[in-house]
Amino acid sequence: MADIKIDEYTDITDVVCPVTFVKAKVAIEELEPGQVLSIHMNGGEPVQNVPRSMKEEGHKVLKLNKNDDGTYDLIVEKGDE
Amino acid sequence: MEVDYATLKKGGFMRQKQKNCFSLRLKVVGGHLDAKQLSVIAEVAEKYGEGYVHLTSRQGVEIPFIKLDDIEDVKAALAKGDCEPGVCGPRVRTVTSCQGKAICPSGCIDTYALAQELSERFFAKDLPHKFKFGVTGCQNNCLKAEENDIGIKGGIEVKWIEDKCIRCGVCENICRTKAISFEGERLILDESKCNYCGRCTKACPADAWENNEGYILSFGGLFGNRIHKGEEIIPIIHDKKTLFRVIDAAVAFFGEYAKPGERFRFTIERIGEDIFRKIIEEAYNG
Repeated sequence: MADIKIDEYTDITDVVCPVTFVKAKVAIEELEPGQVLSIHMNGGEPVQNVPRSMKEEGHKVLKLNKNDDGTYDLIVEKGDE
Repeated sequence: MEVDYATLKKGGFMRQKQKNCFSLRLKVVGGHLDAKQLSVIAEVAEKYGEGYVHLTSRQGVEIPFIKLDDIEDVKAALAKGDCEPGVCGPRVRTVTSCQGKAICPSGCIDTYALAQELSERFFAKDLPHKFKFGVTGCQNNCLKAEENDIGIKGGIEVKWIEDKCIRCGVCENICRTKAISFEGERLILDESKCNYCGRCTKACPADAWENNEGYILSFGGLFGNRIHKGEEIIPIIHDKKTLFRVIDAAVAFFGEYAKPGERFRFTIERIGEDIFRKIIEEAYNG
């Protein structure tokens, strides 16, 4: 899965739960089904909850990449409406 | 009239410093009280106490300043609201619990249901000394399982479902004990490192885990004059039958071997940890 084309980026490291999910949700709503969003997040609570919440909203989690600074990038494909 | 303080104490009437006044301890299981109970507690506190209650360290409610002469009236008034006095002294005390998986996203087991079962089976059972049960839903341990004579902690034993896994890596990254790794497309679960916290399965966006709920027991916790962390001596238990067989064996050990006024931990130390361990392992193995 090395080459996933990212259509949009959002950074949720500046907010805390439950706004993390809200901000990610707003960002993915801007996309068309099938487009891919990269969500930049902190470790801990966001990584625990945001992937699952995205799935429950009908989107498809493709990958979680760990960065050297302890943050993560969650790659999500927008599901059908 | 001779006052039988021992009986009053057994029935939850705690003698106060103030003459002829008692702090009435109520029976509460797992910190759960419904609106009807709260309403009658408020009425009784207003009418027979001094208009307030004390919330105890073990999720109980006490109504201070109940007068000796009013005890029967108070009991009758409480009974109308489905409340009854609790207990003190050498017996099984209030069973405490967190809200567990029925309410809490982190919860691995139905703690409140288990607390009710434990309470029905053991509450107020006479023993050589006080005996406390606590049930906590997960490794977060909000209910502090290991400070109880018998602590029960919920866990989830997981099994990877290869076909469903999308290899997103969420589980590997959030596992706090580093029990999960990938070798190419294959997930390796190091069972010796897994602490059954359930974070992997709860966070998984693909439901790629088979969940097997379980109970992690600890024995001999103390958190008073001496502090001792209850010890886990058997593996996680997955069925209620085994759970209760082990708990019955532990309580029977205490009932048989403890001296009056001796806490469970001290009995285990005096009789021998090896002997106790053997009894518990036998019960565990059936």
